Amino acid sequence: MSIARIKGLLLRYYYCYSRSTFRILDIVFWPVMDLLVWGFLTMYMLKVNGSVPGVFTFLIGSVIMWNVLYRAQQAVSVSFLEDVWSRNFINIFVAPVRTFEFVAATCISGLLQSVCVSLIMIPLAYWFYQYNFGMLGYCMIPFFINLLLMGWTIGLVTTAVIIRWGHQAEALAWAIPFLIQPICCVFYPVDVLPAWLRAISLCVPATYVFEGMRTVLKGGSFAAKDLAMSVVLNIIYALLAALLFEYLFNEARKNGKLTKMNT
Amino acid sequence: MSDLVLEVKNLRKEYGTKVAVEDVSFVANRGEVVGLLGPNGAGKTTAIQILLGLVTPTSGTVDIFGMAIQKERVKILQRCNFSSAYIWLPDNLKVRENLNVFASLYQVKNAKKKIDELLQMFEISHLANSLTGKLSSGESTRLNLCKSLLNDPEMLMLDEPTASLDPDIADKVRKLIVKIQKEKNMTVLYTSHNMKDVQEMCNRVVFMQLGKVRAEGTPNQILEQFNQKSLEDVFISIARGGDIVEKEEE
Repeated sequence: MSIARIKGLLLRYYYCYSRSTFRILDIVFWPVMDLLVWGFLTMYMLKVNGSVPGVFTFLIGSVIMWNVLYRAQQAVSVSFLEDVWSRNFINIFVAPVRTFEFVAATCISGLLQSVCVSLIMIPLAYWFYQYNFGMLGYCMIPFFINLLLMGWTIGLVTTAVIIRWGHQAEALAWAIPFLIQPICCVFYPVDVLPAWLRAISLCVPATYVFEGMRTVLKGGSFAAKDLAMSVVLNIIYALLAALLFEYLFNEARKNGKLTKMNT
Repeated sequence: MSDLVLEVKNLRKEYGTKVAVEDVSFVANRGEVVGLLGPNGAGKTTAIQILLGLVTPTSGTVDIFGMAIQKERVKILQRCNFSSAYIWLPDNLKVRENLNVFASLYQVKNAKKKIDELLQMFEISHLANSLTGKLSSGESTRLNLCKSLLNDPEMLMLDEPTASLDPDIADKVRKLIVKIQKEKNMTVLYTSHNMKDVQEMCNRVVFMQLGKVRAEGTPNQILEQFNQKSLEDVFISIARGGDIVEKEEE
């Protein structure tokens, strides 16, 4: 692995984003809109039904946490798509770049985007709604890491699927996270799901994070067992995603789909 | 040090029932300019994609610098480079930024100096801070060539490098490539539909048609073999399925 090559790829993303107001807006705009919509909705709910305990803190916290996962996923998938759209994909892969270095660069880009978005959303949540994200205490760190890991994993799977099915599958870069959103119980407790869906939900690492966040905000403590479950699931899925990515990438080399991505 | 840089042996690539490359073998030695020619659909692009490790062959081997591309892709690509008239650099980056990125990917030492030298050599220094998307096709081609020379490659693969250039710039670029190739004793694998380019630049040519090698030799040997006056006539003859060699031998 070469740090210099990873830095080179990151430099490419930096130039790309720093040059484009629209790309920066894309990263910041949607999370802020999410925050405003869910924030004002919860304020309204508090007004009409103040008896719903802690709902205010749940929803705003959930929006902030969801965007950690979403930005990490988007960075991995969209960084790949940037090279496809600019027809630079071949140039990258005829350079001495290992697939792992390419993936590592997109993941670091995801980490940086998630941190930036959180650093914008947390003060905004405080400014608009006096919402103190610090209420989560040290739990924020394992929550953040778990969501980041899951975002990377989904990003890797999405990218693998796009390589396999080509341009027609590009929309999945935006669709797949929202397929998972209702299952991982971002805005509601897992209990509200029907039993069959609950079983699926408990196989998703992010479910434990959002459940844990609600428990902490209600004054409880995040169960170490749930944290361990989330970490174990994340590691298993990340390994499976890496294997799937490698398999589909090699298949694309065999059936010529890799070079078709550049057309 | 061995003179053999590239050795392609019995290369075959199938896409389902279609055979894109069939039993292709050729070599390229150090300091040689080898033209890979053929009509559209001859299998040149697939062959180059295999040489670059972008496509896995169905069977056969590609050894570059004595290493198999399938196993030592990164080590080989560190010493090679590629430029194509049909592959672009990101248009939302400035010229210098694009070269900075690729200088990092190829781990070029003294990158700034190298970039300045190349920009000057290809007469695009004044465009260093321009957006790549604003360049004309000729300027883009020259930028691609700058990128392809960043790492002082021992082997350079050029896919129709003068395709989008006007005759004046094409001539300049051709002369520059020959000059650099001679100075660095670089091996060049060159595809072009411009037979004047090929006749002027290549020590040896490999003609492909329908995935197979139809003829191989120096430009003069090929002309003799096909009893034609120019490579363009040979090209047309091969493209139209003419089999002049056998006719002559009969």
